[in-house]
Amino acid sequence: MSEALDILFTASFWVAAIRIASPLIFATMGELICERAGVLNLGIEGIMTVGAFAGWFTVYSGGDLWTGVAVAALAGGAFGLLHATLTVPLGLSQHVVGIGITLLATSLTYFTYRLALPQVTTPPKIEPFQPLPIPGLSKIPVLGEALFSQTPLTYLAFATVAAVAWVLYRTPLGLAVRAAGENPAAVEAQGISVTGIRMGAVMAGSALMAVGGAFLTMSAFNSFFFQMINGRGWICIALVVFGSWRPGKALLGAILFAAFDAYQVRLQQISGGVVPYQLFLMMPYILSIAALVLVARRATYPRALMIPYQKGER
Amino acid sequence: MPSPVLILENITKRFGPLTANDSISFELGRGEVVALLGENGAGKTTLMNILFGHYVADEGTVEAFGRPLPPGQPRAALEAGIGMVHQHFTLADNMTVLENIALGTQGLLRPKLDRKAALARIRELSDSFGLSVDPAATVATLSVGERQRVEILKALYRDARVLILDEPTAVLTPAETEALFRTLKLLVAEGLSIIFISHKLAEVMAVSDRVLVLRQGRLAGARATAGATRAELAALMVGQEVVSPPVPPAVAGPALLVLEDVTTARRGNATPLDGVTLSLHSGEITGLAGVSGNGQAALAGLLSGMEAPLSGCFEVQGRAFAKWSPATALKAGIARIPEDRHAVGTIGDMSVAENVIAERYRSPRFSRAGFLDWRAARRFAEALIRDYDVKCPSPDARIRLLSGGNMQKLILGRALDPDPVIILANQPTRGLDVGAVAYVHGRLLEARARGAAILLISEDLEEILALSDRVVVVSKGRLSLPSARGERSLRDLGELMAGHREAAHAP
Repeated sequence: MSEALDILFTASFWVAAIRIASPLIFATMGELICERAGVLNLGIEGIMTVGAFAGWFTVYSGGDLWTGVAVAALAGGAFGLLHATLTVPLGLSQHVVGIGITLLATSLTYFTYRLALPQVTTPPKIEPFQPLPIPGLSKIPVLGEALFSQTPLTYLAFATVAAVAWVLYRTPLGLAVRAAGENPAAVEAQGISVTGIRMGAVMAGSALMAVGGAFLTMSAFNSFFFQMINGRGWICIALVVFGSWRPGKALLGAILFAAFDAYQVRLQQISGGVVPYQLFLMMPYILSIAALVLVARRATYPRALMIPYQKGER
Repeated sequence: MPSPVLILENITKRFGPLTANDSISFELGRGEVVALLGENGAGKTTLMNILFGHYVADEGTVEAFGRPLPPGQPRAALEAGIGMVHQHFTLADNMTVLENIALGTQGLLRPKLDRKAALARIRELSDSFGLSVDPAATVATLSVGERQRVEILKALYRDARVLILDEPTAVLTPAETEALFRTLKLLVAEGLSIIFISHKLAEVMAVSDRVLVLRQGRLAGARATAGATRAELAALMVGQEVVSPPVPPAVAGPALLVLEDVTTARRGNATPLDGVTLSLHSGEITGLAGVSGNGQAALAGLLSGMEAPLSGCFEVQGRAFAKWSPATALKAGIARIPEDRHAVGTIGDMSVAENVIAERYRSPRFSRAGFLDWRAARRFAEALIRDYDVKCPSPDARIRLLSGGNMQKLILGRALDPDPVIILANQPTRGLDVGAVAYVHGRLLEARARGAAILLISEDLEEILALSDRVVVVSKGRLSLPSARGERSLRDLGELMAGHREAAHAP
């Protein structure tokens, strides 16, 4: 039993937890922006797939790593534009459009992969982002190692949280985004276009989701394979609720979930095959459902979430 | 007349077959308060929404401060100095007062919201116009009156020279209304022009310089307030003389509903009943006066079956109920006219026919072997539409498309159709225009003549005094002794409402 507890105090466990959290952080921030503006983006799973492929393929075709990140973001933004066009000015059901975008983006990605690489049997590898220990800070035991010996993309994920929080709470643009998700009529009455704010938020959010996907192929692993997003997008939807639509809380949620995930892998190893490993795989999900039940019952949703806004409608 | 700041010319707006505004023209002078008076559905709000750019007029032009105003752009209206306080506030509840006011006033791409500058200006404005509100408070925590002050501040913050107020007093207490009127006077002294939309004659007379009366989308007349009489304006509004129904003397019968020392459980912020004794008699209207939130909701909840007594004796037609629920209340013969017709009285997205059978869809009249009889439902809806003179395209129309008055007539018809012995009328005329008010009163008096016992809960003291055979005042969950018609003046009631206890009446 003490063996199981000891894991929690090893640096390697926390390094893994932060690494696993990184793509979730990007995508959760992306979803949070969309929902704060009043649009539920269920395209997240597909958009992450697109980002994973677009980033990886750019590097595979000879591009720079950062170019790969930019291409992923652009590809995500493009699907965000599609989602936003259907849900915002046209006011279609956000559930249906989101699921449609996920199906479309996922299949288009696999299709493109097969077209581009018809012959391969094992997924080709790229040279991914390497850990970049921050001098000094990474020498702090456990915590410093966990936070400051990661790849640049992980640092970017944390910077993104700070940026999203700043924009939402400190800038005029953030006011407009939050108001659009709460009472779009307030935005309209102050002379700002609700359509513009919502479309912009969905595109920016989708770009972040795609970067989250790209993290998997360009930092966590070094190749692209099918089903690699594996439900992470759906987890991010739950993380937004868990975080009560606040960037800081959502960040904590992402790290918590990732820690569960890292922990269960290690528990599998020490349990030595006595307990079926599937039980461990279930653990993070069961714990996140439990956490949601505790937290989300008190959550206050953005009041205009999922309600299309039509100007001049009574 | 000073040079006009606003000129509307031949504004016409159609929604499908309905002409909401029919070639309306008027001018607004600097420092002038113009009241736009009309019944619900007369086109007042539509006209103002065109002016503010929420709607685009089909015909006609608007000129503000000598320049044409591009249609359909709230931003252009704001920049031209037109501010609007909407009837349904346009505030984001999750943000602070300051954030709501600053929204859209600073460049969207600025890296940081300048809170300091915004705060200073809000302070200055709220001090000079008596609009006190805490800039750091979250809007969700504000009272309705405070929210309205935020809306006015929003307009002033943007240097509005013309302020449009859409039914501003509908949600205010009398004291808040007075404060609002004081603010308006200060604004006019600064040279602002005000358009005041209302269907309440008394307020229009109190606050405006000039009255424009709209009726069915047309300008029915314009009068200088000083020379106009209430009767004249009412006639212009409705198109005919409004006659309040006569109130014949009551013939009181036996008590049909009796409460003795009834106490109810506390729910949220609502005041529970605290040892209430009251009896409703056949052929009598009992009026319940009181400042909102003093236990009216608990009493109404009790009668409508939403709430059960915690202790005390509660009998309907001599029968006590072990299990008291909305269904048993209906079965016991209580008809309910709920306070909030949108939230409780109707289901907006269901049809008129579905709504009118909502309380009785399981009765053999509307269902057979578990299946709804749509023909019977539709026939019933059609009968109500005809008998109660409801303006409504068909029984299949969604009920939320109806105006408040028409919705209320349907609720009234639904409640009165089974000839109930007890009627709970909770704010039955709130938000209705004069014609509809007289109509509702007439129907309630008819039910009284038939022998029904009626409990009238109203915040409108004039309504209470006009209709009630007996008046009780509720304060902090307790009732005053009842008084007979004419026994207490408006002033006496006000004192009781404020919580002053009277010396016990000598027997």
